[in-house]
Amino acid sequence: MVATRWRSLGILGILVMVVSACTSGGASSQPSGGASVAPPASDAPASAAPSGEPSAEAVTITWYHIQNNDPGLGLWQKLADEYTAAHPNVTIDIQVNENEAFKTKLTTLLQQGDIPDLFQTWGGGGLRQQVEAGLVKDISADVADWKAEINPGALSMYEVDGKNYGIPFDLGLVGFWYNTKSFEEAGITAPPATWDEFLTTVETLKAKGVTPIALAGKDTWTGAFYWAYLAVRNCGQAGMDKAVVSGDWTDPCFVKAGEQFKQLIDLEPFQEGFLAAPWDGAGSGAAAQATYNGAMQLMGQWLPGTVNANSGGSREMGEGLGWFPFPAVAGAPGDPFDGLGGGNGFAVGKDAPPETVDFLHHLVSLDAANQWGALNSGILPTTVGSEASVTDPTMASVLEGRAKAQFVQLYLDQATTPELGGAINEAVATLYAGTGTPESAAEAINAAAGQ
Amino acid sequence: MATAVGSRSRSGRNLRTWGAAGLFMLPALGLYALFVLFPIVQAARYSLFDWNGLEPLDQFVGLANFERALTDPTFLGAVNHNAVIVVLTLAIQIPIAIGLALMLNRRFRGRAILRLIFFAPYVIAEVITAIVWSLLLQPDGLTEHFLTAIGLGGVYAPWLADPDTVLLALFFVITWKYFGFHMILLLAGLQGIPREVEEAAAIDGASRWQGIRHVTLPLLGPTIRVSVFLSIIGSLQLFDLVWVTTRGGPVNASNTMAVYMFDRGFVRFQFGYGSAVAVILFLMCFVVALAYQRWVMRRDMEGATTYG
Repeated sequence: MVATRWRSLGILGILVMVVSACTSGGASSQPSGGASVAPPASDAPASAAPSGEPSAEAVTITWYHIQNNDPGLGLWQKLADEYTAAHPNVTIDIQVNENEAFKTKLTTLLQQGDIPDLFQTWGGGGLRQQVEAGLVKDISADVADWKAEINPGALSMYEVDGKNYGIPFDLGLVGFWYNTKSFEEAGITAPPATWDEFLTTVETLKAKGVTPIALAGKDTWTGAFYWAYLAVRNCGQAGMDKAVVSGDWTDPCFVKAGEQFKQLIDLEPFQEGFLAAPWDGAGSGAAAQATYNGAMQLMGQWLPGTVNANSGGSREMGEGLGWFPFPAVAGAPGDPFDGLGGGNGFAVGKDAPPETVDFLHHLVSLDAANQWGALNSGILPTTVGSEASVTDPTMASVLEGRAKAQFVQLYLDQATTPELGGAINEAVATLYAGTGTPESAAEAINAAAGQ
Repeated sequence: MATAVGSRSRSGRNLRTWGAAGLFMLPALGLYALFVLFPIVQAARYSLFDWNGLEPLDQFVGLANFERALTDPTFLGAVNHNAVIVVLTLAIQIPIAIGLALMLNRRFRGRAILRLIFFAPYVIAEVITAIVWSLLLQPDGLTEHFLTAIGLGGVYAPWLADPDTVLLALFFVITWKYFGFHMILLLAGLQGIPREVEEAAAIDGASRWQGIRHVTLPLLGPTIRVSVFLSIIGSLQLFDLVWVTTRGGPVNASNTMAVYMFDRGFVRFQFGYGSAVAVILFLMCFVVALAYQRWVMRRDMEGATTYG
């Protein structure tokens, strides 16, 4: 009996070895397998043709984007069709994925070494990780001629160590969205311009029996916006850059951000049960604002769409919504117009054919950007000169805020690593859940940054 | 001479038998190795590296990931929450299931309907259960309206949003979902108990309670032990329900080991560290399962698994 068990274990052991041998063999043979396929030019070395004058050989560009709904989906398709019509030798293989599905898919693709030629990126720490793993192409030389066409603040989010690894097509800004009706009823005529005025506004609304703020506490990134914005105000661009790049988060300005957020939290401004509220869906922060159970919400430019979707048909897109930038903090070193935001862009895979950058230029051309702006879909184009194409009044006010910002801090969970971003969100949540202090939150963030 | 021939032919027969058996087992063993053993080995390997899933796997850190997990208050909190769920399940959910099974094992009108109703929650997918209950428990949801309607409006609180009550609220949902499953399991066990034994006890003058206590429950033992086993393993691996309702929050108050693992691995892209947590979770379940089978279910599974 014992002997037979050992024998069966032996068979198992051999199988494991066979299987693992097969797997590793398969992985290593994959790249060389490509060579036996007939001449597709995607194997052409990058130096064969400079991007300015694409070769006439047949080329396929694999393009992963996440605009999986119309009108964005249709617009990308149209722009790709235009490009292939003008360049008959280029075929564009468009792969469309939903946001979250894309992240999983891309991770798998990159791990396999199957790198798309052109793919969605949010810049910052995530892009840096991909660059450090040698998966993304340095396109500094290729875009040198035309990168001045792109908003410099937006462009810098896709730079790693001063080199261009991606080109943005969208940059939004986080700010306060408010229900104009709630403000009118409370007799608030002008949106608060300073943090102290903001706290007074909260008290005024509360005295009128209105829930001042909707917060989606289950999705901790929403609460982290408050802390991040106050950090931008208290630390300034230099302080933020230093912390993000060096990983040293010990500056007292981060504790100060927590203390000011705590002033707000102590007013108990949030809706009932906010700690379990997701951002989107039933019982969400968006639904709370849609149903006037929260007069204000600190959120990105996508809020009107989500509020509309969560209003049960009671509110049109943007109906009854106003926008004001995050208030200034008296005596803080940061420029009062500095922003917190982020957007979308494309990175070029390391083995991409040279035509890819030319195609990317077409996607962010002024003409393409104007078409994006005219859709008023929440994408705020970053090509210089396209600002006027955005006609929706609330979106236009976000753009106005963006235009005043000399510096836009990328969302902290994207500027840093996903690891540190998660730790920041978690640490800030301890403030509004009442289990942490400004000091303990800043310490937890600094500890995570050093890990 | 004759014995030598005999032994040779016997070993030849053995070889043939095993050859055939091996041939039949090959596909199953192959799949098992590919989809069970290989991933386990891979996870164990990743757990020794500091790896974000993108870079080459070259930052070997030894057991540092394990050390980090075992000293992280958030992970220890998650272990603690799993332990609380195990204890509550055994102390509350299993007794409820036993009581209902005993009740539904008697003949009365409406028995089939009740069995169906009690079993129904188990059929619903875990994610759907989680969504439905987060809708029911949210402020201004059905629970609050119901309690208000029967004059108990003051009892309601957004339990899922309070770090002090969230684990109990989740335990309530878990019980709601799984008591029916254990009830059906125990009912099947009850039907296997010969009526004569209970009748004999009754004729000997045992009261109904004495009959249950001294005859029915001991005979139901094997089924109860299976139920307890499944509950423990299920509680240790608890994931879907928590992830969808609270994502382990507020402030980690409902974190479980599996939620923690998923968050660190797939949300924060620490695949090395996440793998280490997965290995710890695997070892805990493995040890608990082996120990339980070896010492508690030994009589029930004589000859089936581990040997003394």
